[in-house]
Amino acid sequence: MARSVTTRHKTIATVAAWIVALLIFFPILYTIITSFKSEQEAIQGFSIIPSGTFESYSEVQAQNGYFKFFFNSVLLSVGSTILALLVAIPAAWSMAFSPTKRTKDILMWMLSTKMMPAVAVLFPIYLIFRDTGLLDSRIGLMVMLMLINLPIVVWMLYTYFREIPGEILEAARMDGASLWNEIIYVLTPMAVPGIASTMLLNIILAWNEAFWTIRLTTTEAAPLTAFISSFSSPQGLFWAKLSAASTLAIAPILIMGWFSQKQLVRGLTFGAVK
Amino acid sequence: MATQQTRSLARFMMAPSVVLLFVWMIVPLVITIWFSFQQYNPLNPIRDGFVGFSNYALFYSNPAFLQSILNTLTLVVSVLLITVIGGILLALLIDQPMWGQGIVRILVISPFFVMPPVAALVWKNMIMHPQYGVFADIARFFGAQPIDWFGQHPMLAIIIIVAWQWLPFATLILLTALQSLDGEQKEAAEMDGAGFISRFIYLTLPHMSRAITVVILIQTIFLLSVYAEILVTTNGGPGYASTNLPFLVYQKALLEFKIGQASAGGVIAVILANIVAFFAMRAVGKNLDK
Amino acid sequence: MGNITLKNVSKSFGATSIIPGLDLVIENGEFVVFVGPSGCGKSTLLRLIAGLEDTSGGSINIDGRDVTGEAPAKRKLAMVFQSYALYPHMTVAKNIGFPLKMAGEDKATIEKKVGDAARVLNLTNYLERRPGQLSGGQRQRVAIGRAIVRQPTAFLFDEPLSNLDAALRGTMRLEISELHHQLKTTMIYVTHDQVEAMTMADKIVVLNAGNIEQVGSPMELYKTPKNLFVAGFIGSPKMNLIEGAPAAKYSAKTIGIRPEHLEISTTAGDWKATVGVAEHLGSDTFLHVQADGVGPLTVRADGELAVHHGDTIYLTPDKTKLHRFGADGKAI
Repeated sequence: MARSVTTRHKTIATVAAWIVALLIFFPILYTIITSFKSEQEAIQGFSIIPSGTFESYSEVQAQNGYFKFFFNSVLLSVGSTILALLVAIPAAWSMAFSPTKRTKDILMWMLSTKMMPAVAVLFPIYLIFRDTGLLDSRIGLMVMLMLINLPIVVWMLYTYFREIPGEILEAARMDGASLWNEIIYVLTPMAVPGIASTMLLNIILAWNEAFWTIRLTTTEAAPLTAFISSFSSPQGLFWAKLSAASTLAIAPILIMGWFSQKQLVRGLTFGAVK
Repeated sequence: MATQQTRSLARFMMAPSVVLLFVWMIVPLVITIWFSFQQYNPLNPIRDGFVGFSNYALFYSNPAFLQSILNTLTLVVSVLLITVIGGILLALLIDQPMWGQGIVRILVISPFFVMPPVAALVWKNMIMHPQYGVFADIARFFGAQPIDWFGQHPMLAIIIIVAWQWLPFATLILLTALQSLDGEQKEAAEMDGAGFISRFIYLTLPHMSRAITVVILIQTIFLLSVYAEILVTTNGGPGYASTNLPFLVYQKALLEFKIGQASAGGVIAVILANIVAFFAMRAVGKNLDK
Repeated sequence: MGNITLKNVSKSFGATSIIPGLDLVIENGEFVVFVGPSGCGKSTLLRLIAGLEDTSGGSINIDGRDVTGEAPAKRKLAMVFQSYALYPHMTVAKNIGFPLKMAGEDKATIEKKVGDAARVLNLTNYLERRPGQLSGGQRQRVAIGRAIVRQPTAFLFDEPLSNLDAALRGTMRLEISELHHQLKTTMIYVTHDQVEAMTMADKIVVLNAGNIEQVGSPMELYKTPKNLFVAGFIGSPKMNLIEGAPAAKYSAKTIGIRPEHLEISTTAGDWKATVGVAEHLGSDTFLHVQADGVGPLTVRADGELAVHHGDTIYLTPDKTKLHRFGADGKAI
């Protein structure tokens, strides 16, 4: 708007927005605060200032072996992302740079597989995993997470590759670059930001996946989603520990999420919103 | 760049993705469909065998099954209403000139990045807990009885948790669409004498209609599969009060080992999802043509 | 060096024929401009010469060598794209040095040649910047630098000034012409702007729907257009083309007279006209008039002339500058 905005307008908007934003963020904030309380403190009633103790964090590791589940979450999200990239980069590449009449149909079909409900294949997958010894295996779960998010990875890479202007590749050709040189010196550097964005989004989606990671794991491969779910039946005093566990579980992804808003819009609306 | 050689190379490069997705989708789905016409209980194989459509018939005769479909639809529609209307209002608010807009944004989108089990447990234990939760503290402050959310209003509680998680998504998408509205169009409308409400109805809302449609379609796909929040809070209860279709299928398959019934439920879930997917793919396809 | 010959070159995309078949000779050191309306095939022709598209028929020779099937790099040509096509992740120095790197030159040579090109183009202070940090004109110069450094047989320019504002366009036009005088290399330049064509070219090729309408020096095309198309295309404002009775008087289907070749009198003349809109540019005034029995005409008048909307004036065409065209559209 070309006119100057009144300070009054700005103030009202600021106050309203901050109140709403803090209300929405409150559950997360309160969890973080509670994680720095002792269990006694945690049930004593509503208080915003914690005592600042780290005992809940150390207990969560000592009593529940927290680190293993954290490690599994990291392994599964990063691992499934790398697997997905290995398969998706060639696919997206060929679709973006050598499109055929079928390209659009194949892309749409891939997206549609993402829309299939997990429960529809719960039992067969469970059976297959059980009979092949993949139940509670990190590899099995990595493959599963890869398959679930593959359509989104292919889709995002496709859109990023398509944005590389053809003229720049032609300029490289005029400059005497062979196909291989074109790929190394021009294409890949220009594609790296898109690949990084896709990785970011996929890690977030895999980390938060809360169906297969719970149903296909028991002890060895269980990531944080399964670990936290096991707290669903209360066992005595445990609010602070739960808060500590939760804070650790969501902190990395929260921060990654703050930096990936654009990627989220691109990846999860399949480009229908720009 | 499209010689015969590059065409074969292209097909080869696409093959792994296509094959993997095809196998992972078709093979289990076929097995599920087959099981849906069977009675199959791995623990009690005596009565196993082909039973025609009787598993499906349960979905209009058995109250528990009916309830699950009803709950599924209730959950989806309620969350859609809350997130779309709330999302539009939030987007309009965040779009206003203010101080600290960047921080407001990241505060508002945070719930979306919280994994469902954490979200559910935080709400269950810290906020909605009838003894120690924040809502209980507020109720007692006003001299009222704290509500046992999960005991008395299980579906409402679940709806609140899921809506809290998805409101950021809707807001972000709608805000992106809102900010893509050409400033000049707004100024032209002002010159034409349109006040704020008129501008909103005739200019802003139509511009956002596409994004709203996408939000509804994408969210519906995911909302039809809500699972972890129910698992971790009510376990579908009391009774079947908060059981939705995915939870019912899980219950029948992995807890009661009634595979036939579970499979029929799975097929119905696919049909529901396909109805939405049909419209979703149309919206996406239009965009791919651009 | 820099001699390019096209024999019966044609190009179709599927069933659509963009260029039916044309012949053209470009001499060494010439500044040739391909000009024509949108879709006339000028960019396609340039890309065929560059090797970025395959011909559907015919042959292209560079310095006597048949390059028709050859890849762009082997033809020793350099191209400046409309959008500059700079490598966004490389510095200016690396952008300009890239062709040399592809050719396998050693670092010292590359540095020297890049430095030389940068000096010629006033880019020495920007060598470590990225394209994203440069203005449009600077990016344009980097694109030219990248082309110069290859010491090509010929430069190809694809509407390089279209993305610049008017003032910058004027400056860059001069710089490119200056560059041509310095390097004396063949340059092929595509534009839809006939002012660029007229001011920069040694030889203009006017294209229409894939066919060459006329080839000649700017003055040739201005003074003796071979057909209606060229007559109406070259010259700004457009030549007045008149049919009917006035044309028949000169035994032609259509006659053409440029706005600057009509004499104005307030008392007498061949054609009586009423003044409509008068465009005052200061140095000139362009009058849009409705002439009785003739139709609408554009007339150039001296800037000092005081003529107003609705006035009656008399116009007389300079008979020596009158063009006559037959029924086939060709000049008589």
